[in-house]
Amino acid sequence: MGTYVPNTKEEQHRMLKAIGLNSMDELFDVIPDEVKLNGPLDIPKGMSEMEVSMKMREIADKNKVFKSVFRGCGAYRHYIPAIVKQVVSKEEFITAYTPYQAEISQGILQSIFEFQTMICELTGMQVSNASVYDGATAAAEAVIMSKERKRKKALISASVNPMIIETIGTYITGTDMDMDIIPVKDGLTDLESLKDMLDEDTACVLIQQPNFYGLLEDGDGIGGILSGSDIKYIMSCNPISLGVLKAPAEYGVDIAVGEGQPLGIGLSFGGPYLGFMATTDKLMRRLPGRIVGETKDSQGRRAFVLTLQAREQHIRREKASSNICSNQALCAMTAAVYLAAVGRNGLKQVASLSMSKAHYLAERLCEIEGFDMVYKGEFFNEFVTTAGTDVDKLLGTLEEHGILGGYPLNDKHILWCATELNTKNEIDAMIEILKMEVN
Amino acid sequence: MKLIFEKGNTNRGLTLMPECDVPVVNVSAGFERKRELNLPHVSETEISRHYTELTKRTFGVNNGFYPLGSCTMKYNPKINDEIARLPGFSDVHPLQPEHTVQGCLEVYYLADKYLSKITGMDHMDFQPAAGAHGEFTGLKLIWAYHMDRNDTKRDKIIVPDSAHGTNPASAAMAGFTVINVPSTEEGFVDTDALREVVGEDTAGFMLTNPNTIGLFEENILEITSIIHEAGGLNYYDGANLNAIMGVARPGDMGFDVVHLNLHKTFSTPHGGGGPGSGPVGCKEFLAKYLPTPRIVCRDNIYTFEDKSEKSIGRVKDFYGNFLVVVRALTYIMTLGREGLKDASENAVLNANYMMHNLKDTFTIPFGKGRCMHEFVISLEKLKKDKSVSALDFAKTLLDYDIHPPTMYFPLIVHEALMVEPTETETKETLDRAIEIFKEVHNKAYEEPELLHASPTTKPIGRPDEVMAARNPILRANT
Repeated sequence: MGTYVPNTKEEQHRMLKAIGLNSMDELFDVIPDEVKLNGPLDIPKGMSEMEVSMKMREIADKNKVFKSVFRGCGAYRHYIPAIVKQVVSKEEFITAYTPYQAEISQGILQSIFEFQTMICELTGMQVSNASVYDGATAAAEAVIMSKERKRKKALISASVNPMIIETIGTYITGTDMDMDIIPVKDGLTDLESLKDMLDEDTACVLIQQPNFYGLLEDGDGIGGILSGSDIKYIMSCNPISLGVLKAPAEYGVDIAVGEGQPLGIGLSFGGPYLGFMATTDKLMRRLPGRIVGETKDSQGRRAFVLTLQAREQHIRREKASSNICSNQALCAMTAAVYLAAVGRNGLKQVASLSMSKAHYLAERLCEIEGFDMVYKGEFFNEFVTTAGTDVDKLLGTLEEHGILGGYPLNDKHILWCATELNTKNEIDAMIEILKMEVN
Repeated sequence: MKLIFEKGNTNRGLTLMPECDVPVVNVSAGFERKRELNLPHVSETEISRHYTELTKRTFGVNNGFYPLGSCTMKYNPKINDEIARLPGFSDVHPLQPEHTVQGCLEVYYLADKYLSKITGMDHMDFQPAAGAHGEFTGLKLIWAYHMDRNDTKRDKIIVPDSAHGTNPASAAMAGFTVINVPSTEEGFVDTDALREVVGEDTAGFMLTNPNTIGLFEENILEITSIIHEAGGLNYYDGANLNAIMGVARPGDMGFDVVHLNLHKTFSTPHGGGGPGSGPVGCKEFLAKYLPTPRIVCRDNIYTFEDKSEKSIGRVKDFYGNFLVVVRALTYIMTLGREGLKDASENAVLNANYMMHNLKDTFTIPFGKGRCMHEFVISLEKLKKDKSVSALDFAKTLLDYDIHPPTMYFPLIVHEALMVEPTETETKETLDRAIEIFKEVHNKAYEEPELLHASPTTKPIGRPDEVMAARNPILRANT
């Protein structure tokens, strides 16, 4: 068996003696016999580190790592600079607890404060929290945050990622909130329907930019409809796109949320990722989760602390703005190091490369018989095409060539994605494979 | 120390991206960003040094003793991190075809199987990203169960007054009303009080066992049957599972739903506040309400099973904090059935050893000289005698390079310090900590002003928290 208990059996025995006991069993004599386990746990015996390492590698080898990826749909493969991986592998950052003891946690606190600043910069909003679990829970928390005494209905565009919509549904079921779905027209939120759906019970409108199909929503149009009302405008956005696309604040958004995974965090079969949330000064005290603030210490030195804790569960218990306690701190640090490494110009470049490659991909795909753009709207780095032939067979052929093709939305439509990692040669090679397949 | 925004110089940066090898496409004017984007402009040298400087202002488990009660800050084995970094786990897209992710599905399947056995549950789901998220998910299962039976009056969750703050917060978030029940003078659930509050509106009861003062609820079977007889379900908060692995199981104590904190009991690192993982386990009769998709194994092939009509639905993107589960599985496979029990035994031994050696100096209000994996000290007397608070005591420990115990929790103990040494500490570390605790106690009586002024050897002294909250500065000037 492997163990991380450092004390030897002999030391353990001495410690038992010191407290007046003879055996480990006696430590548990307060536990009634009826609930004690008879015999060992029904799991395998332990192993040495080497054996575990070999076993886990064997399991990892059962997964296929694709050399080319043209699939996004909520998880994006971008280039991760070496410095990012190095910094977030530092043992102090990995093994520290939530920074309640500010005097020995300035490192974590400052990194979160810098992260909050970067999220404010990206979104154009005034206040950011220290992170939530992921993009879907960020959207759900934003919806809950928007609730007013007389406004309890969320309107969510059908062009939002279905996983996000489902998560919001789970969060508000059984509470006093409910939600309606705003229909889409040509892949975009239908503004006419939205206007008809607004009423005095509406708490918020949530859209995704770029939306699930990769299209750019008329954020200004929606902002115009909502401006002057008490209805909160919530936008879920892809942080990489904000290198070139309008910031949520430029649309008049009240709460900006999103999935921070594209900012230097690996695909990791879906997690851990990073939910970010940013809002206006006015809504600051409704934000869920940890927030770091700057202050001074007893000698007037700059200091950082967890602040506005009167919102949180350990103080307010059932009256807290959310139950969130652990968040995704190390992922937030990852995003912060990524943003520091790429800087403004680098982020712009990643966004521009992703967008340009996606447009080149779209153009080349449409050369193939049976492949057409499904929607005409402007897109960022994802788009939907028809596929002239059997979608599963097509994607299967790509897989044989080490390519993870677009995501099959149904048996006719594919949602494609490109990032800076997809080279022209790679795209051209895939097009040739597809052409052969269709013919 | 300077912020990263205060370092560097315009036009400094890294050369990370290649030239564009396809025609450049620009965003049309209506969608184009006009707003300034002020990100740091620093070189790689500056980034490297900046974060190295920040590590010096950070205290991890690798830096020293971390007896933070209720948080189980055990050593985080490095093999777990190494395995989580394998490209076969870290570079897999969540929406790849099932036959290309058999290894990932096997990780979830094995973790489900082993953790179910460890807790005495029938199923385990890994979507919840942290303990509180697990509580929320577990409570939703309870809600779905009552609704499914058309038992719609059950809107109350009962919580002991010693519970973690997340318990009532999660219950409220899941749409329940919270009923607090007092503890007895001995620190246990008051079964008479419990009997009085249960009824036709009881949806469930949340408890951690050992409880938050480090004692095993001896009347646990009576407690869980009071709830069951009233028609409610029992929820186990796994925060304190580290005391009883291989010794007793929540499933055998009458609990119907549990959540675990893989970042506590199963050694995955806390990352300065996350990511954690808060899997939810349940008995068979609740399985149909679990979040979807579920992972099933037939003829050695793993697949996602998508829709259960009665599922509460998703609680997050994709399937969970996967790489955290990879780490926890690596840990469970390393320790195995004997190792997990050995870990719990030593966690309890270390706590008892510390408590035994401190009990003549400090007031330990509960437990009659024995505890499970943690114990609670009350500094009420010291506060009265010398105006030295639990906070002062904790801040003084910082100067001795010990991470302080959890302060002011549970709420039922005045001037509380909750000590959880964990099993991964040596006898020398415990002996040294005992010495330091006593030394600080002496100092408190002799020179109390020194404790009020502590810490003095850290990068900052005590921060002004009132100023931070009154005049919030939540971002840097850029």
